[in-house]
Amino acid sequence: MSSVAQHGTTDFGSMDTAPEHRAPPHVHHMDAVTAYHAAKLGMWLFLATEILLFAVLFTAFAIFKWYYFAEFHAASKELNWKLGMFNTAVLLFSSFTAALAVDAAQHGQNRKVVKNLFISIACGGIFLIVKAIEYGAKYSHGMFIGGEHFHQFSNFLSIYYCLTGLHALHVVIGMIVLFWASTKAMRRMYSPVYYTPVELGALYWHLVDLIWIYLFPLLYLIG
Amino acid sequence: MSENSSHSHDAHALPDPHDFGHTVPYPVYLKVFVSLLVLTVITVVISRFDFGEFNLVVAMLIASIKALLVALFFMHLKFENKIVWLYAGVPLFLLGVMLIGIFIDNPYRMGDRQPSRTTEHIAPKYNGSSH
Repeated sequence: MSSVAQHGTTDFGSMDTAPEHRAPPHVHHMDAVTAYHAAKLGMWLFLATEILLFAVLFTAFAIFKWYYFAEFHAASKELNWKLGMFNTAVLLFSSFTAALAVDAAQHGQNRKVVKNLFISIACGGIFLIVKAIEYGAKYSHGMFIGGEHFHQFSNFLSIYYCLTGLHALHVVIGMIVLFWASTKAMRRMYSPVYYTPVELGALYWHLVDLIWIYLFPLLYLIG
Repeated sequence: MSENSSHSHDAHALPDPHDFGHTVPYPVYLKVFVSLLVLTVITVVISRFDFGEFNLVVAMLIASIKALLVALFFMHLKFENKIVWLYAGVPLFLLGVMLIGIFIDNPYRMGDRQPSRTTEHIAPKYNGSSH
């Protein structure tokens, strides 16, 4: 064991070797396999708390929808389902490329990891731009918070802005996480025995996609 | 998947890639992605017709199929061990408990207000607060 590794400093081995012969970074209190599975389990636990965070808002949606059934029905028609459908396709595609990035990392193809993660990040950007266009349309129709028509659909719009706003925040965080994961691919760190950052980042990104899969029909289609 | 690499005591030996995550062939990812797009189109088309409460049930059913596809294949849940399944399942169970509780409770929670199933209910809000 090298002295560098004993001091807990990351040791990626020689970058000249092929990925499949490259050692994973050294974690000084556990072996690489245990570290990988522990990190992934921790990520799933975090995703569980994320689901519960949104679960509270989904429950609030269920209560509001019961109380203000007609308002919800009318208000959801104010949303542009075509833009919502477009954004759904964009997020699904970004999840597809995020999964391909993990697959590339599992095969030590670092260049392909960067390419796929950049496509996912770009899709996140497109999603946010479309969301901004939708918010802008709401603003110009006086339906943004404090707008002159906001009170007409205040119950629906409140939960709509909470759900989509919190989701958009997750898209932004996901883009940052994926970019961070891609910088490790730029330094050719991933190999068949080390790809934890890109896998955990992709898991987070998939969760953001999962939430939207429910938000799209609930907000845009059935109201 | 073995519990641990047999040579973990040897710091110089490389870990076995098979002790890490499962790999999925590319065609599977592609099929899942195409299925997700098709299901999205189906859910939009169905929502254009009015089947009453049936719309909500179908939309949530299709969304759940899509979520399952993403979780099983994109997130590799299909190949994870029981503890990961437990971590994924518990929040869904808790969400289910909350929603069932809400659906049982809602009809008794209206007070003076009847479930507003008609537009008349919100009509006063339009007139009352316009200026």
